[in-house]
Order: sequence, then C-alpha cells, then structure tokens
Amino acid sequence: MITVQGVTKQFGKFAALNGIDLQVEDGEFVALLGPSGSGKTTLLRVIAGLEFQDSGIVLFDGEDVSSRPVAQRGVGFVFQQYALFRHMKVADNVAFGLSVRKRRNRPSRKERRARAEELLRLVHLEGLGDRYPEQLSGGQRQRVALARALAVEPRLLLLDEPFGALDAKVRKELRRWLRELHEQMGLTSIFVTHDQEEALELADRIVVLNQGAIEQVGTPEQVYMEPETSFVASFVGETSCMPGGLHVRPHDLEIVETGGEAVVVDNVFRKGGEWRIEATLASSPGELIEIDLDASRSAPAVGTTILVRPTRGSAFDVEKNSS
Amino acid sequence: MRHSATSESRAARAALIGVALLFLAVFVVLPLVAVFSEALKHGIGAFTDAITTPDAMSAIRLTLLIAAISVPLNMVFGIAASWALTKFEFPGKGLLITLIDLPFSVSPVVSGLIFVLLFGANGYLGPWLIEHDIRIIFAVPGIILATVFITFPFVARELIPLMTEQGRDDEEAAISLGASGWQTFWHVTLPNIRWGLLYGVLLCNARAMGEFGAVSVVSGHIRGVTNTMPLHVEILYNEYDFVGAFAVASLLAGLALLTLVAKTVLEWRFNLHRTGVSH
Repeated sequence: MITVQGVTKQFGKFAALNGIDLQVEDGEFVALLGPSGSGKTTLLRVIAGLEFQDSGIVLFDGEDVSSRPVAQRGVGFVFQQYALFRHMKVADNVAFGLSVRKRRNRPSRKERRARAEELLRLVHLEGLGDRYPEQLSGGQRQRVALARALAVEPRLLLLDEPFGALDAKVRKELRRWLRELHEQMGLTSIFVTHDQEEALELADRIVVLNQGAIEQVGTPEQVYMEPETSFVASFVGETSCMPGGLHVRPHDLEIVETGGEAVVVDNVFRKGGEWRIEATLASSPGELIEIDLDASRSAPAVGTTILVRPTRGSAFDVEKNSS
Repeated sequence: MRHSATSESRAARAALIGVALLFLAVFVVLPLVAVFSEALKHGIGAFTDAITTPDAMSAIRLTLLIAAISVPLNMVFGIAASWALTKFEFPGKGLLITLIDLPFSVSPVVSGLIFVLLFGANGYLGPWLIEHDIRIIFAVPGIILATVFITFPFVARELIPLMTEQGRDDEEAAISLGASGWQTFWHVTLPNIRWGLLYGVLLCNARAMGEFGAVSVVSGHIRGVTNTMPLHVEILYNEYDFVGAFAVASLLAGLALLTLVAKTVLEWRFNLHRTGVSH
C-alpha cells in the first residue's frame, strides 16, 4: 500500500505540488490525470524517489520511505521517452538492473541472459534480444523499457505517459496488453497521463490533478458520471455549460418540443453511431453546446433553432470550483 | 532550373564555389604545400637530420609530455564540468558556462602573463616558491599550467550541448535500476558521450601540441629544456635555419592533418549515431 501524506513541492516560485494526500491499495491500477503543469509527473517522481518533496511523507506499506533514494524503494520506473541505453543490446538493457548488483547478489552472465529472455517473452519480444534499441519500433521500445523495469522485480510499477509517444493504433493495443500484464503479474501500478480516454479505459481509479492539487479521486465511472468540481467535469469527457452553471454531457441532452433551452444549430456531423450537433445558446451566443442524437433520428438542419433539455448534469457552487 | 527557393542560378553557384576554392587554395593548401616542400628542399636526408638534432628531439619529447599531461587533465575537467552543468541545477550556472569560454576569448599572451604574474620571481607567489626551491615559470610546470588553461574549453564545449540534449533520463533510469553513481557513469553516461568526448579530446590535443603564445611567455625558450615544438620552429627560423624550421613545422602540420582526418571520421560516425537515435 502506498500512502502519500501532505506532500508539497516547489520549483523556485512555482508550486508543483500543493499538499497531496493519496492512498493506493495493493494490486490497484491508478491513473494520475491532469493537464500539463498539473503536477502529475512530479507526484509520480516523488513516489518513485527521483524527486524529493519539500514537506509531507511517502509511506510504502506503512514504512516511511521519504528519505530513501529510488534504488532502495523497490519501484520500476518507465520513462516517457523510454530512456533505453542505446549502446546496449536489448537483452543487456533488460538485464541491466541485474548486472549492476553487488557481486554476491549478482546472477551469473548465463542466468542474466536467461532472465532477460524470459522477460522478453513476457512482453512478446522473444528473439529480439540481440538487436539495438534503434532497430525497434516505438511500441517495441516501450515494451523493452517495461521489461527492463520489471527485471528488478519491483513491488510498484510507475509509468510516466507510457503511451504518449506512440501512434493511436499501437497505443490502443499496448494499453490493453499493459492492463493484462498488470493483472497477470499482480502488480501495483501508477501511471501518468493527460489523455482522459486512456485513464477511463485503463485505470481502476483515477486521480484528477489540477494546479498541484487533487480535484477528485474515484473510479472511472465516478469521475465521469459524478464529477465533483467543474474542472473535473470539463476536463474529463465533453461537457457543455448550460445557463445556471449546469455541466451536461452531450448524450445527456435531449431535443424536446416545449420547455427546453433554445439553441441555434451551427453544425451537424456523424460521430461514430450518433449525430453530433454543435449549437450555440440563443440567449448567449458565445456558449457552445454539444448534443449527441441517436443516428436513427433525423438530424435538425443547420441554422434552425431547437429546444434542448438536460436529462442529467452537475452543478457546482463557486466556492468548490476555486478550491 | 530552380529546385528550391534558396537555390541560386548556375552562374552564381559556380562563382561562389570558385571564390571559396580559390580562397582555400591560397590561404590553406598553398602554405601547407610550402611547409612540406621547404622541409624537403634539400632532400630527405637533410629533413631527418633536422628533426633528429638533440634540441629538436628534446622539443618533440617535451611537446609530447605536455600533451600527455594536459589532455587527460582537461578530459577529466571537461567531463566533470559538463556533468555538473547539465545534470544539476544550481545558482550561478550561466556564469560558469560563460567562464569556461574565457581562455578562448582572451589573448594567449595575456593567459601566459597571468601565470608569470602569479608564479614569476616578482609575482604574488614568486618569493615563496623561490624560498622552497620550486620552479614553475621558465620550467616545465609553467608550460603545463599555461597549456591546461588554454585548452580547457575544448572538451567541455563539446560535451555541454551534447549532454544538455541527452537530458537526465538515461541516468535516472540507471539509478532507478539500482546502479551506483560510478556504474551509471561508466555504463550509461560515458558510452552516450564517447564520440563527442573523443572529438573534444582530439581538438584539445591538437591545440596542446600547437600552442605558441601562452607557452612562449612562460617557457623562457631554454634550448633542450623548455622549448616545445612551436617555440623551436621559431628559434630555428630566426637563425635562418629554414630547412630545420620547416622540418619541425611539417611534423606539426602533419599532426594537424591527422587530427582533421580523425575528426572527419569521428564526425561521420557521430552524426550517424545521432540520426539513428533521433527518430
């Protein structure tokens, strides 16, 4: 179990972390989600021991590890740009953590080689051990980085934007595969992402960060359906802001004959199995409203005024927004 | 026909290339040819005689000794400085980066005089040194100090941009996998910078062997004792021993050519390596 208590971190005048409290249970897969500059990577690095907090403590299984460097925390860290050692063969990269051990704990060359092969098989890269990192694709490099981190048998796997540098298709495949690996190995994993879709698909729990503070912690379901702050509502999933400060998802708006809010249709297009209608409020033309309409219904014409009514939504008082 | 917005007309291109070649021929190739032809003017026998006189041999030995001491020193210093400047954040970093360039921006004669001012008989530390019978100025230690000072930017200037570009990720990855500081340096940092380092060392070596100004001030030109190759060339030339002067000069020129070849090979390998990594 990982516990973070009251952690703050300043970079010069910039407060990267502003009093973070967080608990991660064993076996959980947790996403740190937020825009750039929200402190998510700093938090990950503080948990890893690559960065040290100014105040507050980090506990691993109830034990204070705040002053321990990264090597003594038993974590595997996967870097955004993989940070593979380019002059070493893939197998040597994977076995690096074993080959730098003190002599009495160090497995023999043969054992290290066998362990590297085993890990490469685990990440579906068997037979590529003799290549150099630059001979691999982005997705393959990512998996080498993962195998290398797993070689030291970490109790906690930390991943910084693990799919950030990959194209969309590879990213989707890797996501699913990482989730399987997490289950299969019984890992506890924390990953950083700015991609809400990734967090929603992959994580058991999402920690939404903004300006160095936690906005909400919850399951993907909770964060998406019951956002606690207007930041979460607007950052996670698409929302439109209706008069009265109500945040509404596109599919939570229905077109009605009477008793709705008047909006002017600007644009209509197909989005997956639905119509996406982009409209503006008739009462305040600057406000964009997005509506999803079942594809079996006929779409309204551009330029017409329609009435819409929210079926559900979230309202936030001003105090909470600014917290 | 124009292939891109920046391509010139055929005539303009030919003119530019012609001017560049002419310039190179007059200012680089011709002097180089002259050095070798003057050296061999009276045949290979005179050439070998000139470079095997006791004074010439002593100058060659001293030059090699100076390079053998100052280049490793500056290699260590260059790595340490670049490491500190690129892997850590601390106040005054910008100032330090600027200071590293100082030996390049100040006249070598001034650099030499600084050491005379410090260690010379009338310098700040002169009386103390005389009292303890330590000779620095007009002796080998002074030449080494001046050479180290003149050549210290070469390695650091080569490594700082390279290490800045590479960032800290590789080192952090190594440390997170349990490597110690030394292991990280030997197995990760050093291999990452090896081509740039070699390149810097090469340039440093060329300058260490060829430095004239600063060394001239501190050496005292004592034949067979504190004369380096460049100083020896000057002495021979002033004595109208042209074959001797050009013979020793041709050794220095040959060294420069060798350095250029090595540098080209390295640059080629270095770029190959970098482009291989960047995609």
